[in-house]
Amino acid sequence: MRAFFESLGRSRMALPILVVLGFAFCVACEFLPIINTYTKGVLIMVGINIILCASLNLVNGYMGEFSVGHAGFMALGAYASAVMTIKWLPASVFELPLAVLFGGTVAAAIGFLLALLSFKTRGDYLAIITLAFLMIVKSAVENIEYLGGPRGMTPPVLTNLPWAFFWVVVTLWIIRNLVYSKFGRAITAIREDEIAANAMGVRVREAKILAFSTSAFFGGVAGALYAQVNFFIDPKSFDIVRSTEILVMVYLGGVASLAGSILGAVIFTLLFQALQDLGTWRMVVMPLILVLLMIFRPRGIMGMKELPWFLPKRELFTKRQP
Amino acid sequence: MSALLEIDNVTKRFGGLCAISKCNVRVMEGHAHGIIGPNGAGKTTLFNLITGIYKPTEGDIRFRGESIAGLRPGRIALKGIGRTFQNIRLCKNLTVLDNVRIAFDSQLHYSPLEAMLRLPRLGRDERRSIDESMKLLEPFGLTPHAHAVAGDMSYGLQRKLEIARALALKPRLLLLDEPAAGLNTGETAALTEFLRWVKSEFQVTLVLIEHHMHLVMNLCDRITVLDFGQTIAEGTPAEIRENPRVIDAYLGGTEVEQG
Amino acid sequence: MLYYIAQQTINAIQLGSIYALIALGYSMVYGVLVMINFAHSDLFMLGAFACLLLATMLPVQLPFVVILLLVMAIIGLLGALIERVAYRPLRGAPRVSAIITALGCGLVIQNTTLSLSPYPKYMPELFNSRTLTFSGLTITTLQILIIGISFGLMVALDFLIRKTRYGMAMRAISFDVRTVPLMGIPVNRIISLTFLVGAGLGGAAGMLYGLAYPQISSGIGILIGWKAFIAAVIGGIGSIRGAVLGGFLLGLVEVMAVAFTDSSYRDLIAYSLLLLILVFKPYGLLGQAPNQKV
Repeated sequence: MRAFFESLGRSRMALPILVVLGFAFCVACEFLPIINTYTKGVLIMVGINIILCASLNLVNGYMGEFSVGHAGFMALGAYASAVMTIKWLPASVFELPLAVLFGGTVAAAIGFLLALLSFKTRGDYLAIITLAFLMIVKSAVENIEYLGGPRGMTPPVLTNLPWAFFWVVVTLWIIRNLVYSKFGRAITAIREDEIAANAMGVRVREAKILAFSTSAFFGGVAGALYAQVNFFIDPKSFDIVRSTEILVMVYLGGVASLAGSILGAVIFTLLFQALQDLGTWRMVVMPLILVLLMIFRPRGIMGMKELPWFLPKRELFTKRQP
Repeated sequence: MSALLEIDNVTKRFGGLCAISKCNVRVMEGHAHGIIGPNGAGKTTLFNLITGIYKPTEGDIRFRGESIAGLRPGRIALKGIGRTFQNIRLCKNLTVLDNVRIAFDSQLHYSPLEAMLRLPRLGRDERRSIDESMKLLEPFGLTPHAHAVAGDMSYGLQRKLEIARALALKPRLLLLDEPAAGLNTGETAALTEFLRWVKSEFQVTLVLIEHHMHLVMNLCDRITVLDFGQTIAEGTPAEIRENPRVIDAYLGGTEVEQG
Repeated sequence: MLYYIAQQTINAIQLGSIYALIALGYSMVYGVLVMINFAHSDLFMLGAFACLLLATMLPVQLPFVVILLLVMAIIGLLGALIERVAYRPLRGAPRVSAIITALGCGLVIQNTTLSLSPYPKYMPELFNSRTLTFSGLTITTLQILIIGISFGLMVALDFLIRKTRYGMAMRAISFDVRTVPLMGIPVNRIISLTFLVGAGLGGAAGMLYGLAYPQISSGIGILIGWKAFIAAVIGGIGSIRGAVLGGFLLGLVEVMAVAFTDSSYRDLIAYSLLLLILVFKPYGLLGQAPNQKV
């Protein structure tokens, strides 16, 4: 039995097969009454959370900075896509993909600007900058009448399970490719020791720009998917509480690990649903988990380890595995 | 022979403190150049000025005839100056191999888009980075440890890895900050031979800060002596040994300590 | 017009003195631990609630000064407790862990308060305020009291830091935390004391805020407490005098912004100011850049 799981773990075919099966299941759910609407909604939320968690992990895990602004990128993506689907685009099959790409691009552009600020500041000061960014996005949206101000917007429901699954796969694939390239190594080197990284010829600025914009892009993508499934968005949906939720996922699942990001997002979303009855007490439990994690297991369940499935073949024997 | 590195009247002040004052050093291509001086003489500050971690308050630093004063550290490294640190700075959570690859990456040319979409050049370049980095580990005796986590290795191996990593950058100039710190006499002698081999094998000019006089006198073609941030002598090992100011300021004290 | 500006300046001094009191707590903790205590803004919020409870739940009406001292003691102890339970285990951990923990603690406090008291509460009048008029300018005795207490506490703190052994030890720790224990200074006790004093000041600020703006809710931690944090950064976090300067500056900017533009831009202006300061003068007006040893 154990040998079976081990060979499954090392198998290069297992992941592609799982992806195809997963996608087929998602499409089937869309057309056949396999699962009810509630379950479908939860599964889509799992997908959106995986995207959020993996993308924040790029900055907070792999690069070791502490960004609390991810909800801000989510907001940018959500509002940009909502403007597209409500005001600009006619209804068509291209509506959602275009809106999602636009949401991601807007977020990435702002992420680029934030990266420029990260050249000079780091650590707690950078954390404050991301906090200020989050607050500025939120209060700016509140003051823009075009975006509905504090009343919010009501985009059409376009995100379905296959689309969510598709974007999860795209996100993980691209982040994985990036992480196991010279850019990923540069990003990790910055976390380990920025001065040494510089002395080793690492193009630190390029790596920071790449990490922040990619992270922001997928934060925006997640926001866009969220906007097109939730029927309603307002500035309050993207406040510090939302950022904390993403942080809990990252530090629960494990820093600098894609398998950890998936694990963190799945556990978190299911826990979040299970604790529905707690109401606002849920917002006490979540940060409490974060505090306990920091004290007892600061790297999370899969911290800095990766499932062999996610490693490119050439890296299989060069990395630590669980 | 031409000067590879010229430090020209460089002064560095931290607030009121003058760490380096009107310092002049010329390092010839192909030389091993020693920098010695008592603790606090400004040796490491000089390295930090060369590699761009600090910017000189006054004066100029030229590498291959081109001014590098005020450039960012990353740019200076890419121009061909590698270094090690006095208190080892490795990427402690990464494997030995990855530490070397990070430095080797400056020779890979694929773009972010090629990386994200996994286009063919990525695979080729990555393969090359693994193979060449592995090759580089061999003379350092690090091959069996290639997949070990750098921070878990012994102090001696970490020092070696730091040199290997600096060489992966393919530098013209290698700055070594106390490479023999913590080594005993036998190990220091071995290190001397090893550095000689590195210098010829990798065609690299060495500048080293060192307290072990044996190593400096045996290895170096020229020596600069710093005291209180100023150059008090420069010359061949024989000249330095005879120089009364040096003996007064530095060697006398140290040799009594070592003796 | 000039009257208007002068009148607004009085409001600005009142708001600024509250900001300054909170900012002091941020700065003191940053000074000794090089850590941003995000939970501080929520301790400020609890200060207002503690005052409310003491003023309404007890069978006897306590004198004003006793309430103030009790609030400071309760919140101070709570601050020291948080340090002991949540921050001390992380002393050797990467600095990011400490920020995350602080943020988490703040949210726990805030949302617990929200869950227990979902709707805003109103602070009773503890002080019989009268309005004084000087050649057209009005100032209430409450405003004078608030400003007076704030200044009193700031002067007391300045004395504590500059003239007492505790203050000397605190300054020594912020100078170099590693060598201080070698000189026989009990680092943990000093850090606990710092949290006690810093949180106590925050609690006092919460009470004064509740008196000045009687509607209190769990959200004032983010609304006002985080603003005070901006004030600390503007002044140069870690610098005690900078915190006071930053508090008054931010109070002035905010009150003037509200007076001359739409009040909904208040947050936007404050946080944009923070961003600008961080970009162009990251160590604030009176702060010092840390020396990095290579």
